[in-house]
Amino acid sequence: MSLHEILFIVFSTVVLLFSLMTVLSRRILRSATYLLLVLVATAGIYLWLQYEFMAAVQVALYAGGIVVIIVFSILLTHHIHHRSKPFPPVRVITGLGVAGLGAALTIWAILQHDFHYHEAEPLEVNAKVIGQHLVNTGDGGYALPFEVISVLLLAVLVGAIVVAKKDKANEQTSENK
Amino acid sequence: MNLYDFSSLTQSIHQGLSAMMAPAWVTVTEMVLVGVVFLLFYALVGLALVYIERKVCAFIQNRLGPNRVGPYGLVQTVADLIKLLFKELLMVHKADKFLFNLAPFIVIIASFLAIGALPFAKGLQALDLNVGLFYIISVTSLTVLGILLAGWSSNSKYSLLGAMRSGAQVISYELSVGMSLLTIIIFSGSMQLSVIVDSQADGWWLFKGHVPAFIAFVIFLVASTAETNRGPFDMAEAESELTAGFHTEYSGIKFAFFFLAEYMNMFLAAALAATVFLGGWQPLHFGGLEAFNRVMDFIPPLVWFFGKTFALIYIIMLFKWTFPRLRIDQLLTLEWKYLLPINLVNILVVSWVVLKGWHF
Repeated sequence: MSLHEILFIVFSTVVLLFSLMTVLSRRILRSATYLLLVLVATAGIYLWLQYEFMAAVQVALYAGGIVVIIVFSILLTHHIHHRSKPFPPVRVITGLGVAGLGAALTIWAILQHDFHYHEAEPLEVNAKVIGQHLVNTGDGGYALPFEVISVLLLAVLVGAIVVAKKDKANEQTSENK
Repeated sequence: MNLYDFSSLTQSIHQGLSAMMAPAWVTVTEMVLVGVVFLLFYALVGLALVYIERKVCAFIQNRLGPNRVGPYGLVQTVADLIKLLFKELLMVHKADKFLFNLAPFIVIIASFLAIGALPFAKGLQALDLNVGLFYIISVTSLTVLGILLAGWSSNSKYSLLGAMRSGAQVISYELSVGMSLLTIIIFSGSMQLSVIVDSQADGWWLFKGHVPAFIAFVIFLVASTAETNRGPFDMAEAESELTAGFHTEYSGIKFAFFFLAEYMNMFLAAALAATVFLGGWQPLHFGGLEAFNRVMDFIPPLVWFFGKTFALIYIIMLFKWTFPRLRIDQLLTLEWKYLLPINLVNILVVSWVVLKGWHF
């Protein structure tokens, strides 16, 4: 067994194990921590594939961004330290069934797919390549998704400000009380 | 051109190892070697920084500072470390044990991952990714998770308040750090740290990039000081209000981990500023002064790198001991109403400068 295979087995074991623990843990903050380990190990798999840009995006966006937001919002809720109640057996069985079905479908799709082995040199994804693809309207360009996402983000930001902004009339009445 | 090239040294070590064992074992051995070297480096720089901070603080407050253990108190921090190692590890009643123990490790691993990508000299860089700068930004963003988990799992109101403040602060200032570094990515056209350093062989970006580079440099210094939770932005710890903030309940070596990680993050911020804005290990060169440039070339790159880094660390320490602590609303106002808009406009200006070819 080569070093390459050992690394893959280590990373995928971490991903599988902690994915399960994320779902099965009864404490919500621990679930978030296990999720962090899953996402970091996924970044490890990207590094293993010599796809450094994706690994950095994975860590910055998911581990450093989304998990932080999740933990932050958990800390703002009540009763974090409570353990969630065990589920009724009907839900456990349906959950297991759906998970098994999904796994079976994925494994079937992977086994059906005819993988080709390539000897080609890996494409170096540097700042220039990323920049050109990001604002390219032609083949392999991401100009449209980039713009759509920016409009979406703008809408979300405006929405967040509207939600966070206190109503002036309400504020005054509450102060008068 | 380069008198001190470390790539021949690393190459010869690699060949020496390859002659002795199988390729897989060579990789494993090299990983262990690099890990041990970085661990030593981490501990040494941490100890040195604590000593320097205490001396600088004493100098500013007109005191002598540590001066009993060893000449000029040089061994004081070693004695402190031994004391911390022997201290009892306290466990808070009803604290979440697993998260409580995990949190210091997340903080220290995040800073350790980032240190590995720094270019110390030509060929002396453990991890030269083509997205190096982005990699450093992304792994340092893991620190805040360790702080949040430490704050909650301590089961103490001071810790939780400190962690929440720190979370808001780090998430906001991360934006400014990333954007100020983006200006240099636009200038040099690369995110690879070795390429960025090479692009400064004829002059540092701070000078070549005119005013926009200088604005980005100042913003980077302010924002990275805030991101490392150091004074005047140390509301996460604020001794006078929160005892010690998120690490109130930690003792012994686990407390030392947080302490060390804070200092290493400061070193990382200064080293990154030195690499990106001040030419990293490149010597100081002036156009037209050939004799001067030749003399400068003889100074080893490690001296240049650490000289610049420690000069910046001294500036960051001056911030801490001369400015009063900001309030949380002032802190967020500074970031969202001043630094971020200035940064966005600055990036537009930089793009215009690069398009017109006005930079040197």
